Amino acid sequence: MTTFLQAVVSGLALGTIYALLALGFVIIYRATDVVSFAQPALMVFGAYWAMYFATVIGWNFWVAVVIAAVLGAVMGAVIERLFLRPLVGRPVFSAVMVTIGLDIVLRVIVDDLLGINQRTMGDPFGLQTVNIGGITIPQSDLAAMLGAILVISALLVFYRTTKYGLAMRAAAFDQEAAMAQGIPVGRMFGLAWALAGSMAAIAGTFISMGNSSLSRSTWVFALRALPVIVLGGLDSIRGAIVGGLIIGVAERLVAAYQPGAAPWLGAGFELVVPYIVMLVVLLVKPYGLYGTAEVQRV
Amino acid sequence: MLDVRNLEVVYEDVILVLKGMSMHVPDGEIVALLGPNGAGKTTVLRALTGLLDVHRGEITRGEISFDGEVISGRQAHEIVAGGISQVMEGRRVFAELTVEENLRAGAYTGGGRADASDRVFDLFPVLAERRRATAGYLSGGEQQMLAIGRALMASPRLLLLDEPSLGLAPQLVEQIRELIVEINEQGTAVLLVEQNATMALSIASHGYVLETGKVVLDKSAEELLADQDMQEFYLGVHAGGAGHSFRDVKHYRRRKRWLS
Repeated sequence: MTTFLQAVVSGLALGTIYALLALGFVIIYRATDVVSFAQPALMVFGAYWAMYFATVIGWNFWVAVVIAAVLGAVMGAVIERLFLRPLVGRPVFSAVMVTIGLDIVLRVIVDDLLGINQRTMGDPFGLQTVNIGGITIPQSDLAAMLGAILVISALLVFYRTTKYGLAMRAAAFDQEAAMAQGIPVGRMFGLAWALAGSMAAIAGTFISMGNSSLSRSTWVFALRALPVIVLGGLDSIRGAIVGGLIIGVAERLVAAYQPGAAPWLGAGFELVVPYIVMLVVLLVKPYGLYGTAEVQRV
Repeated sequence: MLDVRNLEVVYEDVILVLKGMSMHVPDGEIVALLGPNGAGKTTVLRALTGLLDVHRGEITRGEISFDGEVISGRQAHEIVAGGISQVMEGRRVFAELTVEENLRAGAYTGGGRADASDRVFDLFPVLAERRRATAGYLSGGEQQMLAIGRALMASPRLLLLDEPSLGLAPQLVEQIRELIVEINEQGTAVLLVEQNATMALSIASHGYVLETGKVVLDKSAEELLADQDMQEFYLGVHAGGAGHSFRDVKHYRRRKRWLS
């Protein structure tokens, strides 16, 4: 029972980070119909600056996280303005290819900054744990979970209640009609990229803290958000959150039980789990769990 | 107030749609822009509100000025903030948002007066009743009202209406007609683009007829209603009145004199 609960709790922590990453993809997809493959690079870019300000400069870790989020947002907005805005109105496929190129370029730069060593993030948690009712939870997991919940709630409030959130939803639904209302649609695209950039930065920082570290191979983690968004439905914010949690928990449960129950599957089988869950869900619901049904009068 | 001079618009660098059209909308009046399908009526509105880019169109000659300021070439959001709002053809409400959210989206530029939403709810009580309803589930008439209300949220001085009677039952057309008159009486000038010429000319003070990118008739509404070509080609009135026999029907169509 303890093993089970422990796996669920650590799965939820992992799941909230997946949700953060997936939200980055979903925000950009909803606004521009482009699946952005630049998210891995934005993630390590942000994580690098969090590490830089927390360990090299030596500022407070949370201050460093905020700075990283801001820099991630700026980077996202700059990328959008320079490389994607000229492609508005062109085939989406071209824009997707551009994001792949941007990902490679930006990652090479960050790799160079990082060097070949594993870098610790300078977070205050290290390997410390808390014990709640017999379950041992790493402090870093707890912090990541609370931090991600905070960020996601802030995003939801932004989307629901603010003028800019409303304008983004309107522009995502019908660009031309939004322009006719005086909504500057280009700026909304920039805003979407900025939000996605800062979420990627925060997620990158959270996955590298605690007993992990930041290295040249951290970027692969962001691609594990792909099964999450496909599972949840590409354009659904709720889908990204629920999908993230499902896949996080499934991954950690398999990691906890599979070596004992089915050792013949080999080590590291939990990394395959997100894709298996995705395939099963897609067989049942081809548009993902919350892929939107079009609103239409009948 | 609004002046269009020798406007020429080209789509995709090759398709010449407006061939030097000019028109004038005076302050506080209703002006009708009539014409058949493909004449370029919607293109005029796109040029006025800066939406040509989206359709790969471009103003190649001529200029548009609003209150003496040249606005051709400005971005859509600058034009809306400057006091021109458009109700697009086919309503184009944000179907996934609620009625209230649609109206708030219309107020994005912040140029609207503080009581803009009260004004809209006064004009369209049905929107107040259904303010939490999802816009996509409203009836066609309600959606048209929402689209007009959304445009009014920016408190425009000039309202552009593209085919507001399209696809509505005659009773609703009548209702929309009265609402346009009421909006105009509150001080907003209206440029009404319509295929329903009878309805448009019944409330307009002046009318333009656009055919293949040119203005072919430019007269006051009464003169247009009395014009013989207008009656035959747009208003469906024939010399013989209602009870004519098919034996008298001409085998050829009378030529439109303005195109000679």
